[in-house]
Amino acid sequence: MAEQATQQAEQGAERTPQWAMAIDLDRCTGCEACVVACASENNVPTAGEDQAAMGRTKHWIRIDRYYEGEFPDIKVKYRPVMCQQCDEAPCEPVCPVNATYQNAEGLNVQIYNRCIGTRYCANNCPYTVRFFNWFAPEWAEPLNLQLNPDVSIRPSGVVEKCTFCAHKIKRAKLDADADGRDLADGDVQPACVQSCPAEAMVFGDMSDADSKVARQLGSGRAGQLLESLGTKPRVFYLEKAD
Amino acid sequence: MDAIPTTALTPDSSHASVRADMLGRMRGGSGPYLAGVAVCGVIVAWALFAWGYQIVNGFGSTGVRRPVYWGFYIVNFVFWIGISHAGTLISAILRLTGAEWRKPVTRAAEAITVFCLMIGGLFPLIHISRPWFFYWMLPYPNERLLWPNFRSPLFWDLTAILTYLSGSVIYLYLPLIPDLAELANHSTGAKRRIYRALSLGWTGSDRQWQALERAMKLMAVVILAIAVSVHSVVAYDFSMSVMPTWHNTIFAPYFVVGAIFSGIAALVLVMAALRKMMGLERYLREVHFVNLSKLLLLMSLIWGYFTFSEHLTTWYGNLPSEIRVFQIREHGLYGMLFWTMVACNFVIPFVLLGISKLRSIPTIAVSSAAVLLGMWLERFLIVIPTLSTPPLAAAWGSYAPSWIELSITAGTFAAMVLLYLLFVKAFPIIAIWEYDDGVRAR
Repeated sequence: MAEQATQQAEQGAERTPQWAMAIDLDRCTGCEACVVACASENNVPTAGEDQAAMGRTKHWIRIDRYYEGEFPDIKVKYRPVMCQQCDEAPCEPVCPVNATYQNAEGLNVQIYNRCIGTRYCANNCPYTVRFFNWFAPEWAEPLNLQLNPDVSIRPSGVVEKCTFCAHKIKRAKLDADADGRDLADGDVQPACVQSCPAEAMVFGDMSDADSKVARQLGSGRAGQLLESLGTKPRVFYLEKAD
Repeated sequence: MDAIPTTALTPDSSHASVRADMLGRMRGGSGPYLAGVAVCGVIVAWALFAWGYQIVNGFGSTGVRRPVYWGFYIVNFVFWIGISHAGTLISAILRLTGAEWRKPVTRAAEAITVFCLMIGGLFPLIHISRPWFFYWMLPYPNERLLWPNFRSPLFWDLTAILTYLSGSVIYLYLPLIPDLAELANHSTGAKRRIYRALSLGWTGSDRQWQALERAMKLMAVVILAIAVSVHSVVAYDFSMSVMPTWHNTIFAPYFVVGAIFSGIAALVLVMAALRKMMGLERYLREVHFVNLSKLLLLMSLIWGYFTFSEHLTTWYGNLPSEIRVFQIREHGLYGMLFWTMVACNFVIPFVLLGISKLRSIPTIAVSSAAVLLGMWLERFLIVIPTLSTPPLAAAWGSYAPSWIELSITAGTFAAMVLLYLLFVKAFPIIAIWEYDDGVRAR
């Protein structure tokens, strides 16, 4: 740890990015492109018909629909929900083996190898965005042919969830290092952000005041999901104030 | 009936006759006894098969699903740990208050504790999906310098239950020592050597008696504190979370009360069964059942009060996330279970035990059976409805157990009976030395 810190100091005090996401609900059309992109990027297995009927599908990101008014005068609002990467995450303290924690960049990290499967974290997540591997992962043909080599396959019996595409963050850092430059705003694009046709999602370093995400957070439209619980999520939802 | 006998229970309960009686009961096994052992053994074997099936095929073979990530296993866990409070707690209270009528009751009670803890303690193991890594929850030195998470209520649980199990085993064992020496004196061969070794060189000298008395008294005090802490910690598994109606200050005392409540019920049922099947009418007399039934009635009233308080505040507070849980718990299928629970835990004991004319061994046993069912339902209604209605409505779901959970649940009840059947043949179920005719100077 100390060694790392000195190394960092020698390299010219590299700032630790603080990852955050802003999702503009007024732009989201509920098309679910992000859901598909996430599943294929992150090797999220398919569940099959029977298991899906039981409620055992895995969607690291999902679109929650909220209806306002009575039919036919109805307004639908879509809200993409993934792991909120909380600063005060209820999932973290309850794990008896420390299989989940918040890293220096603000990501809630899940260590698959360490997970023994008490599923306490999944219970204690108010957003219900943690998923359990009921069986060894399987993919319906031909999805088994498109697995992403950058993302590990999770074994049966462990909990998994959205990582903010941690592997893409790592790749972006490696690429920046190789080019001898600093990470620039927009270098990291999680699969959901990348695939959003409405450009409703923005990802970046919120500690950098010039980043797009920081500007959006300061727009006055930003709020958090279940804010009253005090979980301090890193995902912010932008909405027109009523 | 109301006078509690303070001396030996019946005129013929001299030390020698009790000893002869108890030793006689430990010999051999009747047809029904062997049949009982066989039936229980088969059910336990089937449950073990189900557990193996679950481990080999994946945890998905249970009925647990999103968002109800905890199912029957946690319900059973809380239930069995609750019942374990029967023994030790009751026997410790009776020992400390010097209630002489406890004599024929304590060992039966202490055995319940140990067996229930063995069974209840298995459930975390069954419940986790990768049980072969169970030891990661223990703080052991390792080359990766990894520790368990001391902040996790599950880690507290593990600590509490292991402490309670060790304490209960000691507490069951201490009063067994004089009887083990007696058993060694009256048996031959390998049996004699085993009992002799287990009796730790007991000779019955004054010094040994004094040491034993001191140790038992000390353990009674220690075990009381541990018992209260154990079920508080079990309650913390829920109340430390952020889930609606779980995050609750009443849970720790509520769980302790519920545990003692179901513990007494289990003790009464076991005593009724022992009395009937082993013909222990001479020792386990109506007065014991009546005394315990008064405790049971008291706990029923306290339980009713706690339940009322918990539900009243949820209803009156009317917080959106909590009122949803309240509503599904009071209507539909869960509603039926809820009112069954209220009937079992409050109405039935209140009527059968509260009206002294109706109070008899059969009605006390019936109330106890009702309480056991009611307390199991209580745990079910704490675990499942909250999990099926998480704060975001989009994630709501339901739960139904698969054959695996049902088999394992049945298996634990069979295991309890089996352990008890084996215990009564290996050790005297009533402490022989307690009937000392005043031979031993106190």
